Amino acid sequence: MAKRVGIEVSIAIAEAVKLAQAEVVAAYPITPQTHIVEHLSELVADGELDAEFIPVESEHAALSTCCGSVAAGARTYTATSSQGLMLMSEVLYVASGMRLPIVMTVANRALSAPISIWNDHQDIMTQRDCGWIQTFAENGQEAVDLTLHAFRVAEDRKVSLPMIVNIDGFTLSHVIEPIELPDQADVDRYLPPFKPKYKLDPKKPISMGPVGIPEVYTEARMAHDQAIKNAKRWIIKAWDEFEEVFGRRYNPVEEYRTEDAEIVLVTMGSISETAMTAVDKMRDEGKKVGLLKIRLWRPFPGPEFRKAAKGAKVLAVVDRTLAPGASSGPVGEELRTVFYKVPGAPKIFNFIAGLGGRDVTVERFEEMVDKAASYAKKRPKELYEVIGVREK
Amino acid sequence: MIPELEKFKGFSAKRLPKEEGLASGHRGCQGCGEVLALRMVMKALGKDVIVCSATGCMEIITSPYPQSAWNVPWIHVAFENAAAVASGVESALKVLRRKGKLPKKHIDVVAVGGDGATGDIGLQWISGAFERGHDMVYVCLDNEAYMNTGVQRSGCTPYGAMTTTSPPGKKSIGQVTWKKNIPQIMVAHNIPYVATASPAYYLDLMNKIKKAAMVNGPAYVHIYSPCPTGWGSRGEKSVEYARLAVETKVFPLYEVIEGKYIVSRKITKPKPVSEYLKGQRRFRHLTEENIAYIQKRVDEEYEKILRLAELT
Amino acid sequence: MAVQDAIIGWKTITHGCHVLEPGSTRHFKTGDWRSMRPVVDKEKCIKCGMCYIFCPDMCYSQTEEGYYEANMDYCKGCGICANECPKDAITMVPEEEE
Repeated sequence: MAKRVGIEVSIAIAEAVKLAQAEVVAAYPITPQTHIVEHLSELVADGELDAEFIPVESEHAALSTCCGSVAAGARTYTATSSQGLMLMSEVLYVASGMRLPIVMTVANRALSAPISIWNDHQDIMTQRDCGWIQTFAENGQEAVDLTLHAFRVAEDRKVSLPMIVNIDGFTLSHVIEPIELPDQADVDRYLPPFKPKYKLDPKKPISMGPVGIPEVYTEARMAHDQAIKNAKRWIIKAWDEFEEVFGRRYNPVEEYRTEDAEIVLVTMGSISETAMTAVDKMRDEGKKVGLLKIRLWRPFPGPEFRKAAKGAKVLAVVDRTLAPGASSGPVGEELRTVFYKVPGAPKIFNFIAGLGGRDVTVERFEEMVDKAASYAKKRPKELYEVIGVREK
Repeated sequence: MIPELEKFKGFSAKRLPKEEGLASGHRGCQGCGEVLALRMVMKALGKDVIVCSATGCMEIITSPYPQSAWNVPWIHVAFENAAAVASGVESALKVLRRKGKLPKKHIDVVAVGGDGATGDIGLQWISGAFERGHDMVYVCLDNEAYMNTGVQRSGCTPYGAMTTTSPPGKKSIGQVTWKKNIPQIMVAHNIPYVATASPAYYLDLMNKIKKAAMVNGPAYVHIYSPCPTGWGSRGEKSVEYARLAVETKVFPLYEVIEGKYIVSRKITKPKPVSEYLKGQRRFRHLTEENIAYIQKRVDEEYEKILRLAELT
Repeated sequence: MAVQDAIIGWKTITHGCHVLEPGSTRHFKTGDWRSMRPVVDKEKCIKCGMCYIFCPDMCYSQTEEGYYEANMDYCKGCGICANECPKDAITMVPEEEE
């Protein structure tokens, strides 16, 4: 039987990686990812996980090592954060272009300068276009479940793309939650052994990572784009199967009290939990407020989102990234594109909140909903607004 | 002596392996000394090998999609990280073998990079891989500049050489720094095997590659690789320059086995460096005075190797 | 030509751009880069194989009689073989001359 235990989310993620029987783990320590890889190194040292734990000398080397190990046919995992993700950025694009199914946890954290170890989404949004499948977890249970799901999807021969599971640094990675750790037998039923279609094998030599001249580069990028778009059905199918085996349901966009909602908050990650509390409070006050939580960020589930937002008059989209000089935050931009010229589309207002570890409280969500309601009547000057920022 | 090396008799000119790791039709320049060295490396390694290439000339000329010159499994990820990619491949083979998912048969894991990929941008990745002790061979094919991008200077460009970013002028003689000593940096990692080699001495080169592959743990072979395009030398002279570099003591051939230095070819009657420098456009601006300085420094550097061989 | 070989649609391009055929550059003939060709004088040749071992393009192979012959499909005409031949048995001659 699966056991429900009080456990730190980072430790639980490491346990999920163990349940997935990862064979190579290459990682470099960076706050707040450290507890995940510390625990994995313990599991390997104690012989509980038969894997090679490679304590590399940088994040760039971590992902480079992962490229080698997965290309040679081993189930491969890594984790990072923030500056580390930036350092490995070059290799992110290579790994997805070469269709190498690595699974990575990103404990989301702010970017320097000023240096900040605390949570927001500025790290992952710099990698928005890196060609990896990306999901966001809202709580510890989801972090565990999405980790197992990531191995299942990434290694599926019909997908064969690397996958990132985003978890909020500290606010999720370092909290202790009651989490149901699945049974090994159930995980084995859900996740078949890794059998890549192509690997580095002297018996059948292939070349990986050749030069793409202009005659072929566009086609290579198109093939990559189509691969990640086609992956959506397998991502969803793997969630269907997850429900069958483990009884928990996941969707590309999760709805919370959206029935008859006029103003809908849009969130990603752990602040969704606070947002639900805020929605409950506003509903109690008679306000027609709901919440949409984006679970699948890449490929972006446009049709699913439009369907989920049907009937909403106003969307209050929360971005946890400030993109200096841009027209709006990346999630705001994405949704404006998704609804562009769609008949009956809701009005979209973009709020930047929760940067560098600043709490987004229930009151802040109420403020965003109120502002969105008033902006729906009178258009604001800017396409986005930074919430809770002091002037003096 | 390392036990695994004791049985090794060495290759012989009469019975060279027929197999080629690389196929014809690669896009290397006429008279490329680097691809010639790489060919010898692959001949020594045979079929049971996985090659991880750094970005650079050898990667570009061997992998014009949809074609590849490689007859063995090959992967290229980026410029600086071939040693890390090789770490991953080696670790995967290790765990898969342990779990019974791969046959026990040994597969050599080899990383290949140019002098820039090795001594400049990729130094940290190699240092990390060597420190962790992965069973791999790192081969540096040193053509003494960034040739693939158009002959810019690297840390391995020799003193006085003209490159597109070390041009000689009124205030400069060209490259103003002495060649960075990468093999010595590798020796400092206390790895079991380090060697230098030249394609002019092909049996020596192949034997060193084979030994590097045979030892357990990290091994490093630094191979002098003439580049007619970048050096402004004649294509037919590539092997001749590879030989002259050794005969003039510019590029000493030696091994460091478990810290012990062994000079492979002791040069008792050295030719003057001027003989090596002439005929290469990259050195043609050098004055007698410059050449005298180079001669003095070359002699000193060579003496250091001899002294290390005596000491160890 | 390599450019024609690379005219591939996105639906048929290989997974991750992997090259599945080992040694497939052999389909690309580099012989037309050549302006000089090596000519072997069998009278002088001692069958030592230096031309074979020093060829950067893997052109040379041994015939049944033990001589070495360069494959003109790939020979780029660099002249290393002629330069390294210990018996000066190889001469580089301009391509237009027969």
